Amino acid sequence: MAQSDPIAARQSLMKHNNDNAKAVLQMMRGQAAFDAAKVDAAFAQWADTAQKLPGLFPDNSKTGSDTRATPKIWLNKNDFDAKAAAFGKAVAENRDQAKASLDGLNAAIAIVGKACDACHEDYRVPKQ
Amino acid sequence: MIKRLLFLVALGLVAVWFLTIPATVPERALAAHTPDLANGKEMFLAGGCASCHAVPKQEDRTRLGGGLALNSPFGTFYVPNISSDPKDGIGAWSEAQFVTALNKGTSPNGKHYYPAFPYPSYQRIGFDDLRDLFGYLKTLPPVAGRVRDHDLPFPFNIRRTLGGWKLLFLDGQPFKPDPAQSVQWNRGAYLVNGAGHCAECHSPRNAFGAVIPSLRFTGGPAPDGQGGVPNITQHKLKDWTAADIAGTLADGMTPDADRVGGNMVEVVRNTSQLTAADRLAIAAYIKSLPAVEGAAPAKK
Repeated sequence: MAQSDPIAARQSLMKHNNDNAKAVLQMMRGQAAFDAAKVDAAFAQWADTAQKLPGLFPDNSKTGSDTRATPKIWLNKNDFDAKAAAFGKAVAENRDQAKASLDGLNAAIAIVGKACDACHEDYRVPKQ
Repeated sequence: MIKRLLFLVALGLVAVWFLTIPATVPERALAAHTPDLANGKEMFLAGGCASCHAVPKQEDRTRLGGGLALNSPFGTFYVPNISSDPKDGIGAWSEAQFVTALNKGTSPNGKHYYPAFPYPSYQRIGFDDLRDLFGYLKTLPPVAGRVRDHDLPFPFNIRRTLGGWKLLFLDGQPFKPDPAQSVQWNRGAYLVNGAGHCAECHSPRNAFGAVIPSLRFTGGPAPDGQGGVPNITQHKLKDWTAADIAGTLADGMTPDADRVGGNMVEVVRNTSQLTAADRLAIAAYIKSLPAVEGAAPAKK
């Protein structure tokens, strides 16, 4: 699947990342009750993303399907992969505190969120 | 006839000379005041001082040695050292010199600052808040080292011309509360338009580099030319609640759980440390900004 359409595959991963982030954000903002199982599921899916991400940027997937991937990814693939790994590490290290309590979740997201930013800053085309 | 013409020219030059003299706030305008350091820190965070003045690429945001390069259409500005170092920073400044810098955009040696230093916003900050901020800055560590001069081509390298810029674009007005609005809204308006200087990035600028008043808060190209800054009037934020805006300033996430980007990452680093009440005040004011479409953002 990843081989046939890597752009669709990574867009699907990012969509799920975002769905989970929304669920978690609602808890952080007091719009939904804290739910440890949902938090754990979110972290599990993010861990999966971190693991799959480096393999989803073959040379033939630079353009098309409204991809927001920047050309910089292919110029700095090592850095890109390292940042994906750092994201995975942040997810793994903060999973326990995140599902323990709302305060833990806030602290965890502050760290994991920075790992998101680290990649998006250079490797994702801004929305506007 | 020629004599008369020369006389008029000379008169004009003298007038220009006087009109472009850098303004100051005299010592006597400042009555006795004990700085409130907690409030000074709140102003420091609201003002985002560290975003430009902290030494780049280091975690500690209280080491204000400067050095960041700000690219602009007029050239490159190098952010100065505002640490408490008496030689290279502001450690030896008087209170009046500090107030003058932020309120009038004039340096202690009587030169105009470039408005890359956002004094068109900072002039709205009350003197007591400025003095509290000065007190707080003096508690931060001294960092040695003077930052290089700005790299600006002629005629932008002539600071005296900024006297003309100020005549056109610096109104010298303090913040004026709107009695028809709530205390919270007024606090928000004060923070957004004063220390927060939100409009400095969230607005397009004219050919002289001044914010275009009718398009205030409608976004525009990033000051350094890297991408765009979004419209924050209700044109763009109508689906955001005030709680969403306050939440974004606290955790850096938009209501659809994307993360803020660009220079806003730095801004949130500061706003996340403000009191919750101040974030809500900012949100209440931003939520009240009438929808204005603004100019189409420049494509990157």
